[in-house]
Order: sequence, then structure tokens, then C-alpha cells
Amino acid sequence: MVHLRLHQIETYIGQYHILQGISFEAKKGEVTVLLGRNGAGKTTTLRTIMGLNPASKGIVEFNGEEIQGYPTYTIAQKGIGYVPEDQGIFAQLTVEENMKVAIKKDNAATQEKLDYILNLFPDLKKFWKRQGGLLSGGQKQMLSMARSFINDNQLLLIDEPSKGLAPIMVEKVMESIMQMKEQTTIVLVEQNFMMASTIGDYFYIIDDGKTVHNGTMDVLKEDEEMRRKYLGIS
Amino acid sequence: MDVFFNLTLNGLATGMLIFLLAAGLTLIFGLMDVLNFAHGGLFAWGAYSGIWIYSSTGSFLIGMIGAVATGFLLGWLTEKWIIKPVYGNHVQQILITLGLMLVLSELLKVVWGPNQISASPPDVLKGSWEVAGIVIIKYRVFIIAVGLLMFFVVQYILKNTKIGLVVRAGVMNKEMVQALGINIQKVFMFVFMAGAGMAALGGILLGPYSGVIHAEMGMEFAILAFIVVVIGGMGSFPGSILAAILVGLSGSFMAYYVPDLSLAVNMLLMAVVLIFRPQGLFGLKG
Repeated sequence: MVHLRLHQIETYIGQYHILQGISFEAKKGEVTVLLGRNGAGKTTTLRTIMGLNPASKGIVEFNGEEIQGYPTYTIAQKGIGYVPEDQGIFAQLTVEENMKVAIKKDNAATQEKLDYILNLFPDLKKFWKRQGGLLSGGQKQMLSMARSFINDNQLLLIDEPSKGLAPIMVEKVMESIMQMKEQTTIVLVEQNFMMASTIGDYFYIIDDGKTVHNGTMDVLKEDEEMRRKYLGIS
Repeated sequence: MDVFFNLTLNGLATGMLIFLLAAGLTLIFGLMDVLNFAHGGLFAWGAYSGIWIYSSTGSFLIGMIGAVATGFLLGWLTEKWIIKPVYGNHVQQILITLGLMLVLSELLKVVWGPNQISASPPDVLKGSWEVAGIVIIKYRVFIIAVGLLMFFVVQYILKNTKIGLVVRAGVMNKEMVQALGINIQKVFMFVFMAGAGMAALGGILLGPYSGVIHAEMGMEFAILAFIVVVIGGMGSFPGSILAAILVGLSGSFMAYYVPDLSLAVNMLLMAVVLIFRPQGLFGLKG
């Protein structure tokens, strides 16, 4: 079942034509990875799905419903969680308050989910009363993911979760995403190919604002030429 | 001792009036990035409508409630018809809110006439107490009490309710608040109306304090409120009360000891803060 489908999406930021034809699908229960060089349009693609940089052309379908043109809060209410590249932590709110802002319904089911999340990210439990701005980079990443995961979202958009993290933290984040994958569909933007290839099921390569290749992650692992050409790695 | 105490009391009372105006201004700027130069107009409308209701009914309490209701209504209309179309454009915001400020001032003259209107405190708040040889004017204590009460009520809401949490989060990162499924436009409306209501409350409280109200009072106090917002830090609610007290006290003492510098001292304070801490004393934004 396809959860998310983008068809020929075009997006401008000011006068710049950033996305010039992005098309991809994310299937239920899979991790779909968007790869590409810096400036290719990966982050803008996620922001366009969320309505933060609205598309000027094309279709964004979530569970069969066209959502392009909806305000960001409506898109989020439909069941899409977003973990931005800068993590979007409310620096002067505590970890607890950051979570409370996100919680839509404060009921027994949410409490159960919160317990699950705090087991998944034990550091958050430890620093529950600490201000978000005082957390380490890895802890901020975990808080941002936890916040997007609390409301039973059907789809999570995660933008470069390994960026700026120490290798040990990257491993922790990777393990967390693997566990989250069991409960939700994930679209992941990631530069760290080791991480992307470990947790990804399917990939799309974005180049100059267009999707240029796609396939299963195993195909990309075997295709050294493609990795060198579009990702700059061998 | 008597002089020192009364200057302090006077400074605190003036500070609380400025705080009631500045609190809404700082939250509106922090959350919505809106420079609302018409905020003083809402303050003046609160004064006129409140004093009019007070003199019609004989009840200062009803006058205060009427002023706040006027503030809510004008705040709602202003946000919906004037501010919303110019979100994200500071030049347009400045021009349209300055224009609205002038319109609101002139409308006061149309409705209540061009002359200033006198106002006196209700009987229960007239006069003074004498404690250990120090004369304490009742109405000034009342203004300080109302100002502090409003501070603690709003602070409680900001700290302990979901809407307060969303407002604080929105001041820091409104894009992320929306990405969490919250309609920030509704929060904008709530904050704008609450800010306008507080300004209007400040307006009616000023009437009996200064003895008269006039159509230009909004602009005069708005300048002080803007100084307070800059000193306290744009978007910081606790910063607005501390800066308002600072401005109120410095104005009160300077007016007594160095009258020639009483107006300049606020500008000087703002300049010093901007040099050493450009984001303000408690600023969230650099």
C-alpha cells in the first residue's frame, strides 16, 4: 500500500526554482531514503510535503488524498510527523514541555506511547526537566524524533538525523529509527550512506531538483558507478 | 524617606501602566513578528470607553470590564482586518499600524469630542493611608496591585496551560509549532486580543491616575512601551515587567532630582542595553 505519493512536484523559494519535477512513492512500513548531493533539493522536498514551502505544481497524495495546498497544521493533523534538519527544538522549554506541545490527546493511550518512547530514548527520561537548548546534539535529535512519534503518526519525515553527531550517537539514532519503523512509515533524507543503506528499504536519488534514479537499497549497494556519480562516494 | 517612598510608589505605578501596554506588544512581536504601532490606540480606546462606562454607571469595576471588552473587540477587528493581510511584511505593518493609530486617535475625538476628559478614582480608592509618617496614595497601590495580578495571571497561563505552552513555543519557533499540527493563526488571534485587552485595562487605569485623558495619550505611552519591549527583550513576558518597572522608577526619580533628564533617561537606558545586550535583558531573539 502506498502511503505517500509525489507526482511531478515543482517548488520555488523566492525566485529560485528548487524542485523541478520530484516524483516518488513511500510504501507502508518501509523506510524510503532520499539521497543526493548538498543542494539537490532533498530538504525542500520534505518541506514541500509539509506545506512549509508549498508546491507551485504537481500532486502530493497522502493515503489517496491530495494534500498540496493545505496549511502545514492540517497536513500534520492528517498524520504526518516532521523531524527537521535543525531538529526544531523549543530551546527554552523543558523536554517535558517540548513533548506536551506535541501531544494532541492526553489520554491513557498517549501515556502508554510516552512510556514506550521513554524506553526507546532513555536519555529523555533522564533529562525530563532539562531545557531543550541544554541537551547535546544527539539528545536533541532524539527529542525531535520522540516529539514527531508521540501521536501515532502514520508517516514520519526525518531530515538528516545523523548530521553533526558523533559515531556512537549515530548508532543510537539508527537503532531508534529501526524500532520506529516497526510502527510507522518513514521517509528519510540522509547523507550518511552507511546509515541510509542499513535502515533503508528503497531509495530515490535527487539531482538538480529532479528524481533521477530509484530502486531497492540492495541495487544501490551494488552500483558503485551510480554512488560515485550522484552521491560522490564509492 | 517620605519622598523616596513616594517616588518609588509613583515609579512602580507608572511602570505597571507601561507594563500593561508593553506585555501585549512584546508577545505580539515575539509570536507574530508584527510591529504594532497601533497598540497605543487600543490603550487610548480602553481609557475613553472605560471612563465613559465608569461615569455612566458609577462603577469603576464595570468601567474596567468595559474597557477590557473594548480592547478584545478592537483587537479582534484589528487582527482580522488590518494585521492578517500584512503578516511577514514589516514595512507594510509599520505603515498600516501607524495609519491605524492616527485613525483610532481621531475617532476618539469624533466620538467623545476634541477636549480632554477628566477622571477621578472611585470613592473607595480616593485619598491615602499614613503608615509610620509615610503617606501612601491608595490609587497608586491599586494600580500596582492590578499590574502584579495581571502579571501573575498571564504568567500562570503561559506556564501551566496548553495554550500558554504553545504561545511560548511559538515565540521560539512558530514553523515547528505548525508542523506539530497546531493552527498558529488561532493562537495569533488569542494573543492579539489578550494583548489589546491588557492595553485597554492600562488605559482606564491611567485616567484617574493622571486626572485627565486625551486622544494623544496612546502615542505618548506607546513610545515608553516600545522602549520597554527593547530593554526587556522582544518576546519576553517577564522581561517586559522588569523593564517597565526600571523605566517607571528611573522616570520617577529623574523627574524629581534631574527634571531636565527625565525623558532622556529612558532613551539612555535603551541605548546602554542595546550596546551591551542587543537582544534585551531577557531577549529570545538576537
